[in-house]
Amino acid sequence: MPIHIIDRRLNPGGKSLENRQRFLRRAKSLVQGAVKKTSQERDIKDVLEGGEVTIPLDGMHEPRFRRDGGTRDMVLPGNKKFIEGDYLQRSGQGSAKDSGPGEGDSEDAFRFVLSRDEFVDLFLDDLELPDLAKRKIAQTESEGIQRAGYTTSGSPSNISVSRTVRRAMARRIALKRPSKEEIEELESAIAACADEDERLLLMAQLEKLKAKSKRIPFIDPLDIRYRRFETVPKPVAQAVMFCLMDVSGSMSEHMKDLAKRFYMLLYVFLKRRYKHVDIVFIRHTDRAEEVDEQTFFYGPASGGTLVSSALQAMHEIVRERFSPSDWNIYAAQASDGDNSYSDGELAGMLLTDKILPVCQFFAYLEVGESGGSAFDLSDSSLWTLYERLRNSGAPLSMRKVSERSEIFPVFHDLFQRRDTAQEKAAP
Amino acid sequence: MTERLFEGADWDFHTLQRITDACEEVATKDLGLNVYPNQIEVITAEQMLDAYSSVGMPLFYKHWSFGKHFAYHEASYRKGLMGLAYEIVINSSPCISYLMEENTATMQTLVIAHAAFGHNHFFKNNYLFKQWTDADGILDYLDFAKNYVMQCEDRYGRVEVERTLDAAHALMSHGIDRYPGKKKLDLRAEEKRAGRRRQHEEEVFNDLWRTVPAGKSKTRSALSIERRRKLLGLPQENLLYFLEKSAPRLAPWQRELLRVVRHIAQYFYPQSQTKVMNEGTATYVHYRIMTKLHQQGRISDGNFLEFLQSHTNVVFQPEFDDQRFSGFNPYALGFAMMQDIERIVTRPEDEDREWFPDIAGKNDVMGVLRDVWANYRDESFIAQFLSPKLMRHLRMFHLHDDPEERAGIRVDAIHDERGFRRVRRELARQHDVGYIDANIEVVDVDLSGDRRLILHHHVIKGAQLNETDAKRVLQHLADLWTYDVALIEVDANDKVLREYVVSPRPISAVA
Repeated sequence: MPIHIIDRRLNPGGKSLENRQRFLRRAKSLVQGAVKKTSQERDIKDVLEGGEVTIPLDGMHEPRFRRDGGTRDMVLPGNKKFIEGDYLQRSGQGSAKDSGPGEGDSEDAFRFVLSRDEFVDLFLDDLELPDLAKRKIAQTESEGIQRAGYTTSGSPSNISVSRTVRRAMARRIALKRPSKEEIEELESAIAACADEDERLLLMAQLEKLKAKSKRIPFIDPLDIRYRRFETVPKPVAQAVMFCLMDVSGSMSEHMKDLAKRFYMLLYVFLKRRYKHVDIVFIRHTDRAEEVDEQTFFYGPASGGTLVSSALQAMHEIVRERFSPSDWNIYAAQASDGDNSYSDGELAGMLLTDKILPVCQFFAYLEVGESGGSAFDLSDSSLWTLYERLRNSGAPLSMRKVSERSEIFPVFHDLFQRRDTAQEKAAP
Repeated sequence: MTERLFEGADWDFHTLQRITDACEEVATKDLGLNVYPNQIEVITAEQMLDAYSSVGMPLFYKHWSFGKHFAYHEASYRKGLMGLAYEIVINSSPCISYLMEENTATMQTLVIAHAAFGHNHFFKNNYLFKQWTDADGILDYLDFAKNYVMQCEDRYGRVEVERTLDAAHALMSHGIDRYPGKKKLDLRAEEKRAGRRRQHEEEVFNDLWRTVPAGKSKTRSALSIERRRKLLGLPQENLLYFLEKSAPRLAPWQRELLRVVRHIAQYFYPQSQTKVMNEGTATYVHYRIMTKLHQQGRISDGNFLEFLQSHTNVVFQPEFDDQRFSGFNPYALGFAMMQDIERIVTRPEDEDREWFPDIAGKNDVMGVLRDVWANYRDESFIAQFLSPKLMRHLRMFHLHDDPEERAGIRVDAIHDERGFRRVRRELARQHDVGYIDANIEVVDVDLSGDRRLILHHHVIKGAQLNETDAKRVLQHLADLWTYDVALIEVDANDKVLREYVVSPRPISAVA
């Protein structure tokens, strides 16, 4: 009898991938809820690692007609001491030898592992930068160039060497141009040849080959190809996010931790969802400085507080590098709300005159001590300032955070997709 | 001395070939097995997980529930809660066995003997499989099902198809013909039939029929109940079949989907009735083959010890008060009974001669076993062949748990002279699908009234349906039927215990 032995190990894997995606799509709202819940308990770096989530099985339950209750009979192995007519207590042993965990019970909550991508996608699914389309997008279309195949004419700087050489080689093979080795071989044969007649014959052959190789050039102008570029209109989707963080002495470790978590989340969100978002990190005490992300998140600093310094720095950077006509400008500020009294007026002026007019959106996050009791006393000076500005119609969002677990909901709140937010508001 | 098949744990494809040849020699010459041609496929752990989530079949249609099972198995496998099976075997011709690549050479030998010869012989010869499954056609049919579901999704939308399949899956355990009488399914013909039906519909389609004015409907004299039930083929316990044939507002493709699910349920029906026998047969066969190969010197002592260790794990039966206990292990019970039959046939005692006069001392072990394997299912097998000696050995006893009984759970019978027959009857009943599945049938349709579909659940021993699940399944049923569905639970005296009525959801609400 013939026996087939087949190695299937090299077959493409992921046969269940589609079923898995269907499952995730179906369970999306449940999984999303679970993802958010899980991420509250985790470090932001871990959020990116994906991981195990638990969802209630309710929506994903596959019902069957099954029976329970009633009188039950069972035959079991391992009788040691019972004789016919004995009675067993129900509570103790009785439940222990239940006929195994019922299918329905053991599946009540359903645990499974999400991959990193699945996890982050679900986590960031309904977030976006508000008003990413610039208000005057129609006028500010710029032109970009993009590769579009090859052409036979063009500037020498655009010669595509690999394509040209490839075509030349194809032509040489097609026309049977004698190769260098062939000629060398013939030459050595002539050198080794003793017989005069044959030598002459070989010489004639060599001449012929040499002539042919001269006739058929190594690279012909016909072979040359140029890279072609096309100009395409490119809508402005450039955006820059300014992260302004207060690192002054009045910020406790807890507050700094909250602020950093917030920015970490913002950073992850922007990096993942938008290709063309620049991020500018500014931290300030009574002086402001632009720093790289490493310093921003991990570098120590301390000092007094002058919020206007950060706003001033932002304003200067905008003027130098990010022309408001070309860039969508966003800013997120985190602070304990403490500002030196004399600075309030300056900060307010900078905001109203310089910053807010060019910003699409400005988010202000006020961090407080764990427990949040300080908030109940009175609003901080910054909070009052921003509240006034918001009431006069500036694109400002403000939130207060005092616990780690609040970071995720607040973040979510700030960057929730606008249309979904409106849908929710309207019954 | 004969040459060793392999040394150590490593194997390659030549080794597999040698192993298979050696197993085949023992299987056909010594054991007289009759098997389908074998196809052996080596797969990775990930592919094994894939196979798990599509009920072990190499190809299957797409559905979210398989994704759910995959996610579940994957999570428990990664955490180490669950080991993977060494093999999966498919009842098809050729008979496909999947071997895991991680197995050692000894394990591969064990698995080939177990699956490619043990299970294979059982699939080919057992009367239930012969009656209800079509090993030649199943892979083609699954391929058809997969493509058909895909086409439906393209034509009618994924949501609609998913909705129909969800409902069909919920009713899957009640989509089975339990009694023969219908002719055996020929799955290839099924596939052609579906194609022809579609083609015919397309050929005779004429949009003008829609515009022909309908005449005055004939007033039909009220059908007598008997006549009506007869016309609808009632009572009918195959709910999927009934819906496919009689649900008033299903689209043709929906009926076809119900049919697909029904056929697949029917294909697996024999397996659920023969767990003990199937595994018992395969385990007995691998034990015989491995022992023989060892006797011939083709497997070294060390490798044979490795085999014995995993064999012992497989046939381990924890006792009822053990933490690991979760019912009878079909491998253990099946293997013990096969060995016991071997003992009765070759070395019977007086007791055996009295209990099994037909086979005791007959000496033709394989002849008797082959006959058993061909003609019994778990329930009848246990009822016939569980011997007093084995009951004593396993110390079986019967518990009767009546919730009304205050004193507790009664020990109804133990492994003594008075109890043997009762314990055996009770154990056989535990393996009878007729007792395991709820007995639900369609009894009537209120044709003159609101077209309500009426089902009865015949309650046995007071075990009523789980309420949440029952409501959900009935909801699916009502969605397919598109009118109200009533399920009445009645006990043996026709006393109504409980009544469910469910109305169909409007389609938009479901989607």
